[in-house]
Amino acid sequence: MSPRARRWALGALLVLLVSLPVWASRYVVYLTIHILLLALNAAGFNLLFGYTGLLSFGQAGFYAVGAYTCARILLAWPSLLPGVLGGTVAATLSAVLLGYLSVRHTRIYFSMLTLAFGMMIFSLAWKWRAVTGGDDGLVGVPRAPLELWALTVPLPTVERYYVVVLVAVVAAVALLHRLVRSPLGLALQAVRDSEVRAEHVGLPVRRLRLLSFAVAGTCAGLAGSLLPALENTVTPPIAHWTASAEPVLAALLGGTQRFGGPLVGAFLLVVSKDVIVRFTVHWSLVLGAVVIALVLGFRGGVVSVVEPWLARPRPARRAVARAGEQAP
Amino acid sequence: MEVLAYQGLIGLSSAMYLWLISAGLTIIFGVLGVLNFAHGSLFMLGGYLAYTLYGLVGLPFSVSVLGSMAAVALLGAAMERGFLRPLYGLDPSYQLLLTFGFVLLLDDAVKLVWGGVFRIPPIPRWLDGAVVVFGRPFPLYNVFLIAVGLVVGLGLWGLFDRTWWGRSVRATAADREMAAALGIPTPRVFSSVFMLGSALAALGGALGTPVRPVAPGIGAAMIVQAVIITVIGGLGNLRGAFAGSLLVGVLSSYGTLWFPEFELFFVFAIMAAVLLVRPQGLFAS
Repeated sequence: MSPRARRWALGALLVLLVSLPVWASRYVVYLTIHILLLALNAAGFNLLFGYTGLLSFGQAGFYAVGAYTCARILLAWPSLLPGVLGGTVAATLSAVLLGYLSVRHTRIYFSMLTLAFGMMIFSLAWKWRAVTGGDDGLVGVPRAPLELWALTVPLPTVERYYVVVLVAVVAAVALLHRLVRSPLGLALQAVRDSEVRAEHVGLPVRRLRLLSFAVAGTCAGLAGSLLPALENTVTPPIAHWTASAEPVLAALLGGTQRFGGPLVGAFLLVVSKDVIVRFTVHWSLVLGAVVIALVLGFRGGVVSVVEPWLARPRPARRAVARAGEQAP
Repeated sequence: MEVLAYQGLIGLSSAMYLWLISAGLTIIFGVLGVLNFAHGSLFMLGGYLAYTLYGLVGLPFSVSVLGSMAAVALLGAAMERGFLRPLYGLDPSYQLLLTFGFVLLLDDAVKLVWGGVFRIPPIPRWLDGAVVVFGRPFPLYNVFLIAVGLVVGLGLWGLFDRTWWGRSVRATAADREMAAALGIPTPRVFSSVFMLGSALAALGGALGTPVRPVAPGIGAAMIVQAVIITVIGGLGNLRGAFAGSLLVGVLSSYGTLWFPEFELFFVFAIMAAVLLVRPQGLFAS
């Protein structure tokens, strides 16, 4: 796609998203919130996987830290902003701490370490009844109003809450995009491509990995913090390692080699799940088959399949066709 | 004191159960370099197949266990030949993701066949009983499980240390190219190792089900246990996996006695600590 076409497409998508509550049903809006949360989580994950080359199986841990912290704050002090900020900061802090330890390793040892840390957070959510409510989770979390200085915006409907989520996610994804296009983003890719070369040109490899880990954890935490006010409950399964697989699958499905891949993947994952479970309960069977096919045949994801088709220069094709007509 | 010894014995039998799960996982990793996330699902499948052959078809206990091992081994061979082989040259992340695809697929596929409920296969009559240990009844089945674990351990040791096949497997694990250059058919070694690992998973599932019933989704739970053991023992280290099973089995048995709330947390904390301090495993020589 030409830069101009891309700008138009992006603009159209934004208009579509902003106007969604006006024309779409409440269920579609609710579903879109879930797409946005997964998209943010997956985009953060892909900074770590696609751009830095580290496969984390513990993103659900940071998601849960964000969700539980936000829920506790909202239960004590029903105001959205402190809850979401508090949850995100808590997730960032835990990602810095656990990331500092995790980036001592790469490849499979890194994946195993993140799996262990994620499951430690899961077992706390499951068993530390005093703080997390144990297997009942935290219930009755209010959809607290958004309080900005003197202004108080109540969020009684899903549609209104959607606007808050949309603004937060779009802002975060835009920042993330800015990051991967910056020299810092290039440095991360250099680390991914060759650790030795990156070290020799003087890049602080481990610190870059930690930074990537912290940003990914922050994205997961922000996505998690936006959950309790939507669902009014937080339960331990969101921290389980199988939940960590969701951003992984979204990124893989959409494509890990493009910034937009995980976003497309999140959309496809949530929508196809919603459609498939209407026909069959065996959603994960279908998903498993899709994952296997993707890994074997389409490691670039859906984006890599669609992109060449979009990139085909239309006017040129018309010109070729015309040239063909003129030829004898 | 007797409580402690008795609890230790319970720990020993759950250690043997963990050993059966983790042995195959660590063998496959040691030779192929693939961490098979679907190992827990093969374990589950082994349990279901043994349940069907024994409980529904009515075959003898030993035949149904062996039959389920053979069937799962064939499935393992198909997975290795058809799906993993094209990925060997790539980033190992893709192998992890592929096997994760199989977790999703298999954990759901068993629902199609066996439904979404727990299945508890009956224990054969000659194992249904108890012996008295330290003045308390101890299930005979657990004694059997401990014996099988020890036999499997000895058998594997003999297989890898004392046979021509074992030597070629060790050669392949040490240096794939050199082994191939010496005329060892490494692709066939890969397949046979994957089959052996899968059969061990099925054995664990078939024998473990009376202790812990099989249900859809148990694959995802079991693989985490197996990964913990394998990491603690050192990825690819068979003796380490045995020692790791003993450690985790016995510790978590005491753990449930003393701090039941945080047993799970501590097991993962141990796994993380091992990865950080001794990534080659606690029992690496």
